Parts: sequence; C-alpha cells; structure tokens
Amino acid sequence: MSNQESKESKDEKGSSEEAEIGSQDVSRRAFLKNAGVATGGVIGGALLGGLFTQSLQTDTKPTTSPAPEDVKEFMEARMFFTRYEDFAVLEQATERIFPEDDNGPGAIGLGVPFFIDKQLAGPWGMNAKDYRQGPFPGSGASIDQSIQTRGEVFLQGLRMMNQLSTEKFDKTFDQADEEQQIEVLQAFEAGDVAMKGVDSSSFFMLLRESTLEGVYSDPLYGGNKDMEGWKMKEFPGAVPSYTDIIESEEFVKMDPISLTDYQQKS
Amino acid sequence: MDETMAKKLDKVDVVIIGSGWSGGIVAAELAKKGYQVVGLERGKDQSIEDFIGAKDELRYTRRSEMTQDLTMESFTVRNTLDESAIPIRDKAGFNIGTNTGGMSVHWTGVTFRWLPFDFEIKSKLVEKYGEEIIPKDMTIHDWGITYDELEKYYDQFEKTAGIAGEDNPLGPERSDDYPNPPVKETPSVQLFQEAAKELGYHPYRLPSANADQDYENPDGETINACVYCAFCTLHGCDFGAKADPIVTVLKTAKETNNYDLRNGAYAKRILHDGERATGVLYVDTETGEEYEQPADLVVSAAFTFTNTRLLLLSEIGKPYDFKAGKGVIGKNYTGHHTNIGLVGATGFFENKKFNNFAGAGALGATIDDYNPEQLDHLEEGFLHGYEVYILQEGNPPISGNNVPEGTPLWGKEFKEKSLHYANRQITLAHQYGSLPWNHNFLDLDPNYTDAFGDPLLRITCKYTDHDRNINRQALEKSKEILEQMGADIIQAPEITDETEFSGADVEAHSAGGVIMGEDAESSAVNNYSQMWDMENLFVVGASSFPHFGHHNPTGTVGAMAYRAAEGMIKYLEAGGGLLVEAKRGRRMA
Repeated sequence: MSNQESKESKDEKGSSEEAEIGSQDVSRRAFLKNAGVATGGVIGGALLGGLFTQSLQTDTKPTTSPAPEDVKEFMEARMFFTRYEDFAVLEQATERIFPEDDNGPGAIGLGVPFFIDKQLAGPWGMNAKDYRQGPFPGSGASIDQSIQTRGEVFLQGLRMMNQLSTEKFDKTFDQADEEQQIEVLQAFEAGDVAMKGVDSSSFFMLLRESTLEGVYSDPLYGGNKDMEGWKMKEFPGAVPSYTDIIESEEFVKMDPISLTDYQQKS
Repeated sequence: MDETMAKKLDKVDVVIIGSGWSGGIVAAELAKKGYQVVGLERGKDQSIEDFIGAKDELRYTRRSEMTQDLTMESFTVRNTLDESAIPIRDKAGFNIGTNTGGMSVHWTGVTFRWLPFDFEIKSKLVEKYGEEIIPKDMTIHDWGITYDELEKYYDQFEKTAGIAGEDNPLGPERSDDYPNPPVKETPSVQLFQEAAKELGYHPYRLPSANADQDYENPDGETINACVYCAFCTLHGCDFGAKADPIVTVLKTAKETNNYDLRNGAYAKRILHDGERATGVLYVDTETGEEYEQPADLVVSAAFTFTNTRLLLLSEIGKPYDFKAGKGVIGKNYTGHHTNIGLVGATGFFENKKFNNFAGAGALGATIDDYNPEQLDHLEEGFLHGYEVYILQEGNPPISGNNVPEGTPLWGKEFKEKSLHYANRQITLAHQYGSLPWNHNFLDLDPNYTDAFGDPLLRITCKYTDHDRNINRQALEKSKEILEQMGADIIQAPEITDETEFSGADVEAHSAGGVIMGEDAESSAVNNYSQMWDMENLFVVGASSFPHFGHHNPTGTVGAMAYRAAEGMIKYLEAGGGLLVEAKRGRRMA
C-alpha cells in the first residue's frame, strides 16, 4: 500500500487542519538542513555516519514493504510459556484490555501476547536487575514486594483466570464469552481473587501495563506489529528530528518509522 | 574492614567519587589548574556512540536502562520510626543515575536558579513574621551563603551548559543574559503563556540545557542544536545536543591529561584517621579486587543518597539521631516527591490538536507568581511557594494514555478515548518548595544489605499537612490556567489526607543528608561544601541542600560545584584550613 493510499484510507477525526507531509523526508541532506548540525563540531561525520541506515541516505522515500500473506513469522512462537492453554488465556486477556475495533487491530493482531512471552523469558521477567534480598512480606504483596518473579506471577495469574472462569461459568477463560472474560478480569482488578504471594490487583496492573507496552513499543520487541499501534495513535516513532514541524500550528500526520530503519546497520 | 587487604595505589592530589555534574565540574576545574585528579565512577563508561539510535521508550523510559540497577545496592523506605523499612525492589521507576556522567546524562535539562529567599530562608521568614511562624518540627536554616555570593557561579554553570532562556520577570538579578535564547515555542506553550497573561501572571520560558543553536562553551566544547525529537528524559542525547558532563566538563578534564577517570570503581569507604581524609577504598568491579586510592583532597560528588551513605559507613561526622534530637549526617531529607509534587492537572481539548509526539526535555514555560517571595505566608499557611508550568517533552505512546475521569482504564472505551485524546491533551505540572522536618531523614538500615554486606541507606519520610496543602493549591492553579486555555475537560489527582510517601515517590529531585549551613552543630559542610569536621573532605551535590526550592535543582547543583571547586583550589594553594569561619559550635575532637 503506497503512502498516499494509507492516508486516504484513514478516517479523519477532529480538526480538518492537518498538514499531510506523507513520508518524512529523512534523507541525510534534509536532516542537515533542518537540524542545523555543526558538522565540523564535536560529533561531525561520525555521528551522521551512524545515524542513518543505507536506505535513508538516498532521497527515495522509505518503502514499507508489504508483508505477503504467506510470509512466515518465525518470531511468533513461545519462548516462555510452555503450555498453550496458558498462552491462550494471555491472548484473550490482552485482547479484552486492548480490543480490535474500528480504529484498528487489538492486542492479538498487534502481537502483544508474543511480546509479553518474550519479555517474560528475558531479564525483566526474571527480575534480574531488581533487588532480590529477603526478607519478603509474604501474602498480599504488591508486584514490587513479591518474592515471585514477574514470570511466576503471570503464570499464576493466568492459571487462576482459568480457574475462576471455570468456577463461575463452567468454561475455561478462552472459551468464555467477552462479557464473562471482562467479569473475570474485573475481579482481578478489584483485588478480589486470592492469589498466592501477590495481590491480584497488582498482577492485573502488571498485565495492563505489559499489554500497553506490547501495543506501543518499537516493533523490534515483537509487538506493535507493522507499527499499527503507532498508526492508530498517530505517533511517528523513532524520528530523527522535528525541527521543521515543532512550531506548526497544524497537526502533522506522518507515516511512522521504527528503529530498524533508524539505527545503523551493515 | 581490613584495609591492608586492599592494594594501595600511588597518591594523587585529588580523588573524586562520581562523574556527574558535581564530580565533572570539580574534575575539570582542578585538572585545568594542573592538579592530578582521579575520578572513581562505579558504573561503566558511556559516550554519544552509545546513544545513537536509542529512541526506545520501552528500553529507556519503561525499563529505565540507563539508571542504577538494584542488584548491587538499593534503598529502604518507611514513614515512621516504629515501622520496619522495606526495600525498593523494582529498578524501573527508581531513577538513580550511574555510569559516566551519571543522572546528568539522562536528565531533561530544565536549569533554574533558586531565589535569594531560599539561601536565607530562616532569617527572612523570621524577619517578616517572627520566630513563631516556623513549626517546631521544621528544621529549615540559612545556607550560609547568599544568592548574591552564588550568582557568579550560576552564571558560570549556565555558560558551561549553554542554557537557553529568558529573564524571569519576578526573579533575582542576573549579571549577564543566558548564553542562548529560548528554544522554539510550540502552540501549546504559546497557549499557556497567553492564558497565564490573561490571568495576570508573568510567564517566561523554562531555562533549557537543550538550545536551539550550536553553542561553544567557555572551555571550547561544542553542544549541538536540539532537534526536538522528544526522547530526552531517561535517554542519552544521540545528537550531542543536551548539555551533559560527557560533552562538556568531563571532556574538558580529560583534555588536560590530568584526569584519570576509572570506571567500575565502586567506592566503599572514605578512608580517614579521624582528623583527615586519607583516600578512598574502592572495588574494581571488573576483577573484584579492592584498591586504596590515597589523595591530599577527597571529594564525594555522588548523588544525595550515596554521599550520605558513604559518610555513615565511613563513620565521618555525627550521624543524625532523631530521637535524641542530635547529630547532622542524614538530616533534612527533602525532595519533589512524586505523588504530591510531580503530578499535574490534565486538560482535554475537543477542538484543538497538538503535535504531542514532538518536544524537548525543557521546552516549556512557567510562572513564578506563586514563588515564596511573592506570597504572604501567613495567609497561605505554608512557608514556601510553587511554580506552575507546561513542559512539552513529548507524550510517549506507552506511558501517555491519559483519559478523562470515569473512563475505564482498559477495554473498548479506554482504547477509543486514549486514541482520541492522545494529541488532544495538555498536562500542567508544578513543583513545590519542599521543607525539611526533623522526622524526615536518612540513616543505615538494620535489616537489608548491599552486595558487599554493607547496610542499605534507609529513608524515613512522611508528609505533613503543610506538604499536602502547598501541592493542593498548586493543582488548583494548574486547573485554573487550563480553563483559561480553553480545555473542555479538566482533571487533577486528589491529594487526600491519606496521600503518603512511599518508595515509589522517591525521585531524582532528592536532597539533604550532608547539609550546608553556618555552623558545625547544625550542618555538615560550609558554603564551599567543605566538611566542618574534616577540612580535606568536600561533599558536593544536592546532599548539601538544607531544603528544596520550588524549581529543578541542577542549576544550583552546578553553581555549588563551581564554588566548591574554587574552594578546593584555595584550600590546596593555602596548604590547608577551613575556608569559612563557623558562626558558632566547635570542631569535633
């Protein structure tokens, strides 16, 4: 889909005074002109050499190569969740938090469940940079104070969602209907579910925040698929410079750019 | 601690703990003068090459990658004496600096001067209202230096950092203009200033360490022009456009060939013989080996908490004992605590849309009409003041999902509204004068230790009605300005009587523990940041602030560092001696 088509297909809300500059002119020359860089200064060529990838150093518009339907998404496999049934609960829970609607895709379509899976498999999921010496306060702890890692809390929370759903509706969480799923999530949000070693409302907050991270972080992490999260929010991503629009009275729409186009590559 | 196990290195003139603004300014000034200086930075080295391509909200804002991780060391927090303090465990959201340049690399760059009132706070209040106006538990005192004496150091720091600003119409005298004019103005900032003027206020642009043009500082270092990318806070600048120690003072210091900055050098103790500091004991974290770096002059220029903790662990100075009402090291902990002081009022606009994705760390405007020199404190019921400001630093997509009150925080309606209002909102924030109380202090925790087995620093702090009231008022004024700006929906968090300090509220704006003052009984350092009790030990940083003003602290940190450097040079040239005569009190035996 060309840049022009993608703009016209968007539903304009609110102000009609929106400057459409299409794809950003992120060529090196335009950047220099806009930014007034002291190329002879402390940074000079080294910085600029590192700032743009090969694709941006020409004057051609960056193309977002459309992904054909049958391209294999190798990154869409689980590295933390061993049981599919737990992952299925995660998918449904995140989708209730950020559902698909007229604005665009929901959590599942954006890759949020796989994003969370990868995060939990990494240092953050293992609380690797946190302070982990005891004593710990025990029951009713917030996420911050829990003896469990974020990965452990997630597993416990998702399994308890299934348990609660089965108790209330005689269905697993992913089989329950939307209203039922919302009811289960609300019980967690209110702190009404007895989890071990952590408070359920604190787990719910973690789930909500992780979902939003999955919607809006750079797509390099597995979420915000095709930058659709940013597109819905009209957030242009990793843009080098806004010098040319910072004083603009009008709202400026731009196609987003992600770190794979912004960072230097070989 | 068996010091003989450490490998003793060759003596140098000066050893400095820390490489942020404080450590960097001192290093540059002393190295330029020809002194042999060793810098000990516990973290790793970093430079602009590390920041290129770093526009990543998840990594730097959410996971806080540049700040101290808490595996080696953390802090504990409690409200009152009868509680056991609990540790801060989650690294993200507890933004304490580390690595070359420290917190001064991922700061936003708002750089203020504090007021003449601040430096003589006690005598000015007593003069105007009498002694009785000061609550008995409030431990404010005069700093032992006046604004007029400090002015030239403010000027010096502003020129080092290329601060871009305009005169505060209600502010103190300046000997010179800002070295750079204010950065570009956005429609939101314009709207704020128009509304403020209509309400009778005197708005002016936030003084910014990100300038709109290339700048060469007096040391010959270049700071590039800001490009308004809105990835300022918690990020390094991939453009060399944010004044930080790396592109300024550390570079200057290194160019003299008199400065040896060691990374992975974790200071454990300031060594001394009871009378004089002899050096610093540190661990090389790349090998695990311990070293002793002897020096004629020792400078602790780490963050507020680390400076305080090092003195307590090293048994220097008299530790503050709240129960006994005696002692100095650890007292007067203050700050702009998040849940009362760094919250703001948000306005949602139906008919305006802003480029909220663009901005810079210090792009904004403020009003000083509620600063303490403008207020009648008897009427107000609080003894300092506040500013109300707009800061367009960018509304990042993960962290910025404000919705009108009553909207659920997840689900269909949440998605709809958070998308709709993403670029249709403005938040006004405030900062308040945070005054010290005898019950808010720092000491060593009895239960939790760091990776070396040393006790963590414990923060004991609770809010008073005084603290809550000043912030409630500030929020009301924020709402008033948003209404004048034409916001359709205006809301602010409520500060209730139950709103209380916790580990989540400890901020980079934290001060105290090794406070400055006029005498050795009520303070730890004199106005050159020289320890009263140990003349060859200087403790530089916001640890020296006896209270917290109503603006960002870094301008004052920079000014105090320049003054301290001047004092150190005087000290070394004189071959010793206290640089200031104490008003009363005796030196420790």
